[in-house]
Amino acid sequence: MVTTVLEDELRRIAGSVPDPELPVLTLDELGVLRGLRVTGPGRVEVELTPTYTGCPAVEAMAADITERLKAQGMAEVSVRTVLSPPWSSDAISAEGRRKLAEFGIAPPRPTTAGGPVPLTLSVRCPHCGSLDTTLLNRFSSTACKALRRCESCGEPFDHFKEF
Amino acid sequence: MTTTTVPTTAALSLADDALVLSHRLGEWIGHAPVLEEEVALANIALDLLGQARFLYSMVGDEDELAYRREERAFLNVQLVEQTNGDFAATIARQLYFSCYQGLLYGELAAADGELAALAARAVKEVAYHQDHAVQWTLRLGDGTPESRTRMQDALNALWRYTGELFTPVEGLPVDPAALRDRWLDVVGGVIRQATLTMPDGPDHTPWAAGAGRQGIHTEPFGRMLAEMQHLHRAHPGASW
Repeated sequence: MVTTVLEDELRRIAGSVPDPELPVLTLDELGVLRGLRVTGPGRVEVELTPTYTGCPAVEAMAADITERLKAQGMAEVSVRTVLSPPWSSDAISAEGRRKLAEFGIAPPRPTTAGGPVPLTLSVRCPHCGSLDTTLLNRFSSTACKALRRCESCGEPFDHFKEF
Repeated sequence: MTTTTVPTTAALSLADDALVLSHRLGEWIGHAPVLEEEVALANIALDLLGQARFLYSMVGDEDELAYRREERAFLNVQLVEQTNGDFAATIARQLYFSCYQGLLYGELAAADGELAALAARAVKEVAYHQDHAVQWTLRLGDGTPESRTRMQDALNALWRYTGELFTPVEGLPVDPAALRDRWLDVVGGVIRQATLTMPDGPDHTPWAAGAGRQGIHTEPFGRMLAEMQHLHRAHPGASW
């Protein structure tokens, strides 16, 4: 797809919006920004994909993007939600994974085809680096995370699920 | 502009399944046996609510469809409207439904149609719901005599609502009847691994006029709907 200099600049700005639930990540690092098109003078159309269909953060993301782009002089910003192809945790960038771990959230492992990864693969504790960690709950503070505990340092931590 | 027709009955049937089960699971909030389970059930409910919202918005206004339709206009299967019962009953309902929904979404994602994108997105969510239900079925079935008895009773009591899952849905590009053998394999495998017994009663209710897919619902559904809809109906057009 051919993009203009303006579109590249606006995409960079939209992509730098922090995730409302994981503010350590930008939307670009999370991999949810699917496209941006300038459709006329001062008019821009943005495509977002939700991590989970019920993700309540999508509305906040759309509002934040709209605000940022309006500050750039775009009078009319429309944000569309697209489902296809579905978002995967593999879309999180390497920099995004590094930031998650630094923030105390174990990043997702690469996904296998269709569904939860067998639990035999270990998840590294983001606090002490130990691989001796136990699943406490498949669902945690948000639908995209699971709750685990490190058996070495004893700390509980969130794990961004493979999806 | 492409003109594709969204299969209304099919979209509504799947949306109503998701919405009604979401509401039932939401009723656990503040009542679950442990905090972790409360979070898990609420997260599953949220996934289902998200699926329902996408499907409703394909065919009309979400709020109108969720809050302004009468009981007979809802096309959800009767399984999802059953009361939560004890924790085992909720898990049995989750096991039966998530195994069905996972197979159905898997087929829809592979089929060409308006529902494919949503199904491809949601099938990955349902894999986690199914895993949750399977792990609990095993733990309760192979647990204490009390948990075992309750899990078996729950599987038996809800069995009569499972046959309806495999009835045809107008406009759905997948024939649910074709999922039945695989569903029996998956559910049967879990039940046996949990050292429980496969229910052997009838898998349908004696009511001949039809079931949820025809808008015929069981007694608890009206009350659930009244609670779910009363705020919207009492304050039309209200917003936060």
